[in-house]
Amino acid sequence: MTMISPEVRKQYTVTIGIECHTQFKTKTKLFSGANNDAREAAPNTLVNHIDFGLPGGLPVLNQEAVRLAVKAAFALGTTPQKFSKFDRKHYFYPDLPMGYQITQFDEPIILGGEVTIRVDGEEKVVHITRAHMEADAGKSTHPAGKDYSLVDLNRAGTPLLEIVSEPDMHSAAEAKAYAKELWLRMSYADVSYANLYYGNMRFDVNVSVSKTDELGTRTETKNLNSFRSVEKAVDYEVIRQIEQLEAGKPIVQETRGWDDAKQRTFSQRTKEDAHDYRYFPDPDLPPVTLTDEYIAEIKAAMPELPDDYRKKLQACGIDANTVEDILAVPATTKLVARVLEKSGPEHARRVAFWLLQPVSDEGEAEAAEVQASDEQFIALSELVAANKLSSTAAKEVLTELLKTGKDPEAIAAEKNLLQVSDEGEIAKIVSEVLAENAKAAEDVKNGQMKAIGFLVGQVMKRSGGKANPALAQELIKKQLSI
Amino acid sequence: MSAWLPIATIAQKVQAGELKASELVEQALQAIASKAQFQAIIVSLDDAAHERAKDIDARIARGENVGRLAGVPFIAKDNFLVFGAETTAASNILKGFTAPYQSTVINKLEAEGAICVAKANLDAFAHGSSTENSDFFTTKNPHDETRVPGGSSGGSAAAVVLELTPFALGSDTGGSIRLPASFCGAVGYKPTYGLVSRSGVVAMASSTDTIGPLARTVDDAALVLDVIAGKDALDSTTIDRDAVSYTDLLGDVKGKKIGVIKEYMGEGLDQGVKACIEAAIEKLKAAGAEITEVSLPSLSAALAVYYIICPAEVSSNLARYDGQRFGFTSSDAESLDESYSKSRAVGFGKEAKRRIMIGTYVLSSGYYDAYYKKAQTVRTKIINEFEAIFAKVDFLLGPVAPMTAFKIGENVDDPLQMYLTDIMTVAVNMVGIPAVSIPAGVSDGLPVGLQLMAAQKADRALLGLAKASEELLV
Repeated sequence: MTMISPEVRKQYTVTIGIECHTQFKTKTKLFSGANNDAREAAPNTLVNHIDFGLPGGLPVLNQEAVRLAVKAAFALGTTPQKFSKFDRKHYFYPDLPMGYQITQFDEPIILGGEVTIRVDGEEKVVHITRAHMEADAGKSTHPAGKDYSLVDLNRAGTPLLEIVSEPDMHSAAEAKAYAKELWLRMSYADVSYANLYYGNMRFDVNVSVSKTDELGTRTETKNLNSFRSVEKAVDYEVIRQIEQLEAGKPIVQETRGWDDAKQRTFSQRTKEDAHDYRYFPDPDLPPVTLTDEYIAEIKAAMPELPDDYRKKLQACGIDANTVEDILAVPATTKLVARVLEKSGPEHARRVAFWLLQPVSDEGEAEAAEVQASDEQFIALSELVAANKLSSTAAKEVLTELLKTGKDPEAIAAEKNLLQVSDEGEIAKIVSEVLAENAKAAEDVKNGQMKAIGFLVGQVMKRSGGKANPALAQELIKKQLSI
Repeated sequence: MSAWLPIATIAQKVQAGELKASELVEQALQAIASKAQFQAIIVSLDDAAHERAKDIDARIARGENVGRLAGVPFIAKDNFLVFGAETTAASNILKGFTAPYQSTVINKLEAEGAICVAKANLDAFAHGSSTENSDFFTTKNPHDETRVPGGSSGGSAAAVVLELTPFALGSDTGGSIRLPASFCGAVGYKPTYGLVSRSGVVAMASSTDTIGPLARTVDDAALVLDVIAGKDALDSTTIDRDAVSYTDLLGDVKGKKIGVIKEYMGEGLDQGVKACIEAAIEKLKAAGAEITEVSLPSLSAALAVYYIICPAEVSSNLARYDGQRFGFTSSDAESLDESYSKSRAVGFGKEAKRRIMIGTYVLSSGYYDAYYKKAQTVRTKIINEFEAIFAKVDFLLGPVAPMTAFKIGENVDDPLQMYLTDIMTVAVNMVGIPAVSIPAGVSDGLPVGLQLMAAQKADRALLGLAKASEELLV
């Protein structure tokens, strides 16, 4: 790709809308009793007569999926529609056994909603057009060099929520932030396993560029399964489209795919081969009607959402960027919130930083298998607060704690890490250190306070890291009479 | 003398050890073989039926209570999935397809001790009024082998009238139980939509498909309905059944308000049919029924509405027959698209293709509003008209069809004429109400059916009226 100059690029407004397919974590499929957890299953083992499209098979709506859709509505900042219905969307493909997909066409369970995203410290609202329930298709693979394709119907019938945004995003960073925020909300609302590796959430990005107020022709890049690929695909499309237009060529409205190896989008099908899906209400399924009581009951039982946790974490004095990193691991966030509840912000902040880990662009940072209880984390934090454990030593104890779940003080004692706060013992070490480091002692006395750190370090070294550094410093000053 | 006792009596005698299920199955299979020239049957299930009969006899010998249909043989239209049996819906595309699961209705019948001995012929995928659309062969009318038995449950109706078994199962999407019952002289009962589960029955038009019995008497039909009716977790469109048994019938016509549908008694009605219906009306009047003439102006649109909505649903329901997972697959396809088109081109018959084409057209973008949506609007209007009428009368009455059984081949080149056969039955399906065809005499040696209808869920009342009428008309 040739480079376009920043000046040219600046002339174009980028407009992005995103469709996100979220798989619900129901036990069974949307319309059949087959197991819905296809993660490790052998192909075509989680399929019954309905998923296989056998004659006479009828769909029966999974009520748990409806409940999760209602939760998702609240997570998207809106309330569910009291009336919605299912429609059939027709096309022929081997991974669509019935010859139609059951979806919600014109009366979806969710209309409206909004999601606040954060880019470079700025907040921005992305509006949700709608979200509807539908059954996933199976999975087709096309082995290279073979004259056949393979179909796995384990995924056929998995409940999906397709969340459609308004074209409210204007940069790749915003697109990525939106994808992340949706991931957070679906994770915290506990409606999906939200594992991007397993395709639990997949993003389709609609991108157009324009020099005028009128929207340009858009392309849709489908099936992006990481935040990074959402960002990269938007970047690629923006540049590709601007280059097309600058070269005087029109943008073709089309569906594109993302080649992760080559980091580029490629044409899949143009509007000319677009299907006429012949939507009509599915006569096998009565409409979905929700009562006010049902909706209220689910609302009352909603788990805390990312914004609730943001408030809590920020109240612990954690900066906004770190808050986002903590949020990326729901298990950690929830633990920190519990610590906050039980023993206050200081301990919560300390535990949060202990458990903070780098977040990958592929989604959820792998949460370490945590063996320890909230109380043990609090106990560890209390050791630090009481100067019984240095922060360095605390990390060592933490590592062991996470692995074994043993009592933190016992670990510290076993590892001989508990700080010595016995004034007499430390005073003895201080006098030895001062005697051996006369030059540094003199410097400190002459007001060069930098050198005191060196002296404290020496005390720590001699004590085997066990001396309480604050106490050591105090005693140095005392013995030097300053 | 009739070959079969009333169903309840058969079951009682089997349970009492006076009759053996094995002998009844043998009797049915022999009847099937001896009446083979009528071509009512696609396949008989000799081994499975014998095995079940043996099991039932053994259970009875052990003193077990087998059920209300103990040892009663029956025939299922070949669009019912019967576990382990070939289920073709009389279509080439499903030829050789063996059912790996079984319909709810068959499960319920078997749970009461009934034994499925054969699968009956039909118009392929239940598309038709004569069984001439069967991809295999045409069933012959028991009263005249040169005539059709009606359709689409023609094999089932003929089987009952030929006394192959005491009852048979049919499905009624636009008249497919009532029409062949009328043409063959059987009782054909179409329940309220949703009263009987559709699970495991090859779908035709989901919003009107109804499962029901064909039998020789209303009592027999009512007993079968009582066994198969009720909500099914596998069919979301099913409704709760009556708490009272459908066999508990108050068979009195006195004081019953019956409306004769004016639109069904006018132009185009065969004079012989008309005479039979009018004679039936007179008998009902004499027995104390309050008969009035009623008009349902929207009925004129019912057939048109039906032939939009039904093909729309058919085109969708037949999409799964794509040659990729089961049934017929074209072996000379070079690509996926070719595999689809060649498998379907060869596997589907003319009528299925016609309905797929019409259905696809009316659902197409740009035509949806003008056809499908408009048809649904008119359907609602028809429903409202029926509701208003049922506020005034208890039942509606009319012929089942404008004619008696026609000659084989008479209408095959004129699909419109064939569709007109359904003109008096489709409205019932559009509205979802129950209706029954009972024998009401003979015209030129051919049976004429009387059609009685009731409001939604008034199945027990309708069966009661049918029973009383049956006694008057015999």
